[in-house]
Amino acid sequence: MKFDTVIIGGGLSGLISGIYLSQHGQRCVIVSSGQSALHFSSGSFDLLNRLPDGETVNQPVTAIDKLLEQAPTHPYAKLGKEKFEVLARQAEQFFRNVDIPVYGDAEKNHYRITPMGMMRPTWLTATDFAISYEEHQLPWKKVALVNVAGFLDFYPAFLVDEFRKMGTVCEIRTFDLPKLGKRRQNPTELRSIHVARILDKMSNRNLLIASLREMSEGCDAIILPACIGLEQKDIVPFLAEKVEKPVLLLPTLPPSTVGIRIQRSLHRSFLNLGGTYMLGDNIQSGSLKEGKIREVYSQNHQDISLSGKNFILATGNYFSQGIIASKDKIYEPVFDLDVSYASDRQQWYDADLFKKQGYQEFGVATNPDFQGRYKGETIENLYVAGAILEGFNPVHQGCGGGVSLLSALHISNHILNK
Amino acid sequence: MVLQQHNISDNNFEQCIKCTICTVYCPVAAVNPAYPGPKQAGPDGERLRLKQASFYDDALKYCLNCKKCEVACPSNVRIGDIIQAARLKYDTNPPKLRDYVLSHTDFVGTFSTFLAPIVNKTVSFPIVKTAMDRVLSIDHRRMFPEYTSETFKQWYEKQADTQKGFSRQISYFHGCYVNYNDPQLGKDLIKVFNALGIGVQLLRKEKCCGVALIANGFITRAKKFAQVNVASLRESVITREIPVVTTSSTCTFTIRDEYPHLLDIYTGDIRDQIELATRYIYRLLNEESISFKLKSRMIKVAYHTPCHMEKLGWAYYSIELLRMIPNIELQVLHPKCCGIAGTYGFKKENYRTSQDIGASLFDEIEDDSIDYVITDCETCKWQIEMSTSRKVRHPISILAAALK
Repeated sequence: MKFDTVIIGGGLSGLISGIYLSQHGQRCVIVSSGQSALHFSSGSFDLLNRLPDGETVNQPVTAIDKLLEQAPTHPYAKLGKEKFEVLARQAEQFFRNVDIPVYGDAEKNHYRITPMGMMRPTWLTATDFAISYEEHQLPWKKVALVNVAGFLDFYPAFLVDEFRKMGTVCEIRTFDLPKLGKRRQNPTELRSIHVARILDKMSNRNLLIASLREMSEGCDAIILPACIGLEQKDIVPFLAEKVEKPVLLLPTLPPSTVGIRIQRSLHRSFLNLGGTYMLGDNIQSGSLKEGKIREVYSQNHQDISLSGKNFILATGNYFSQGIIASKDKIYEPVFDLDVSYASDRQQWYDADLFKKQGYQEFGVATNPDFQGRYKGETIENLYVAGAILEGFNPVHQGCGGGVSLLSALHISNHILNK
Repeated sequence: MVLQQHNISDNNFEQCIKCTICTVYCPVAAVNPAYPGPKQAGPDGERLRLKQASFYDDALKYCLNCKKCEVACPSNVRIGDIIQAARLKYDTNPPKLRDYVLSHTDFVGTFSTFLAPIVNKTVSFPIVKTAMDRVLSIDHRRMFPEYTSETFKQWYEKQADTQKGFSRQISYFHGCYVNYNDPQLGKDLIKVFNALGIGVQLLRKEKCCGVALIANGFITRAKKFAQVNVASLRESVITREIPVVTTSSTCTFTIRDEYPHLLDIYTGDIRDQIELATRYIYRLLNEESISFKLKSRMIKVAYHTPCHMEKLGWAYYSIELLRMIPNIELQVLHPKCCGIAGTYGFKKENYRTSQDIGASLFDEIEDDSIDYVITDCETCKWQIEMSTSRKVRHPISILAAALK
């Protein structure tokens, strides 16, 4: 099978590069070993929330100078200040072009609300979600916190406490629909997506509108768990218009309906552009000749190889086995690329779970154009994108989404300008 | 000793990190709340069942065995295998007469071929349908595939000598469907291979692949059939060095992967030499200086990826071959389960679930103005033809019709 670019990994980075390259006329294939971490998305993408030394970041573009000093192998440091800003703008535009409406901008972080009611800085948030521009204040005096009866992946009591600290009163309400009763027979399967499939149904709309109207009397806004809008992307603004009040979502425990919707949107865009997407397959090896990857072999296709002019490795981190930690080493299983990690295992983790964890900064070593290395030699046509990269701590620095988006866009530009 | 190599089970349920992604993609859990979903029925339930067999939940019978959970799993857990193996191991309900009739496709096929005109007519009478519904719990709304009066094997015997004349040969595992219901597909396959200069042989002995037997718990019989098939396949692939092609994605998947995973029958030495004809042809055209002469066909078609085809990962080959036909307008449908899953959808208790699963696929098919739906699975074909106004064809038949 012959392609211009073979992309290994079908998550955020893989899809973004696949779409971008296809938009510019390339024939691309994405091979994905399973569904991606987008299925746990909070609905927000972080660009930069904190510097390695712990200083909070409010304005990512301004803070980038300090980051470059403190973390020279950080993917953003490889891009440099100017490109960082250009690519961040390009990413914002990219989402809007593939019909994923978001608010936010790289100039200044806003705040998303976690399922526990904590405020966390972030860069872009899907427009259905509740956000605040202030760290210690919410834009409403009194809200109706409406949960679905029997839904266990959302915790209104925590939210009430946290909201109260910020001066917002909550009214907890529960609502039910006849169809949900059947679903509750199997409590393990009353998940966000199953609830969403019921709430999204046209036939339930009037009932939903009437209940929301009644339950939100005297409140400035209605807050729902994100178990709506899986199939019908415009349902939340539609409800807001009918109830004549803001209707806003908060993230639930996984699976994430908004993440799945983003995944689907990107997947569909890629297919519409003529891309080939192979799900449930694993690239097992590649042939390296004269400093270039010629072709790769997969579990499903065996002797029939996938060849390309360029390859992008976007297989994610430990979760999706893009890198694997064994007892004594951390390795990249497809090409055995050079991985940077501390040789002293004691430095891999901190016993305090909430402290900065060393293992999160380990990843595949690359040059400034994100080209990978095998035994010290750069592979000229193998690019590495997203969570698998070295030098950043997505949890501590709050930069995972940005690294995935910006590295994918940079690599795509680089391939197109070759 | 590397401890990690010794504490992972064959179906690797320990690799499950409880991420719930499988539950998103399970077509049954989406429409039938009585099904506990792949995570609970698979890796979660397995932990309990290993402790005590009485934790086995009868609701596992609702699993279609479509393997969509496995395709979606980021940790490569064999969720579908865990569920099917648990059904085979723990389900103590004796199979019903209905299950016997539905799953013994070759026995029923032989009988029906003999009486084809009568059987085809009879099973379409409302009164017979009602009787089958009442007595056998085979849903009365189901339409039955028609039986042929001359099986593919009978027809082939007359061609065997001509086929031997080709210098290059392949073996064809035709399956019950081609033999008893659609010999034309087998004839089309021979036409296509002959056009490539290749003769087609049948296996020494071919039995039903056993997929329906496995699904209905007739495990001893399934093993027996599998052993006969594996011996014939080995005879072709190893003794005579002739690779084997197929036209059914499900038969192919069953032989290659379900035999070792569910029946404990080794196929490792022949697995790579058993593949769908479209994949074989794709390789041939790309690696050798052989080409097709195809005439222009102004048709608009939509390809439906069967679930087991998605699991095999081979839809690409069928799609690429179809794209070689000049002027064909091909659209690839989003891979969605059609809901039939072989004998599953014929059962009265599953009819609603089966049709609800397929509903959005049927809508998508009806919305497009297409001449045919194309797919590599016979039961998807029955389901789509019964549930939409479109005709369904096999990619090999489309290719055969386009030959110059």
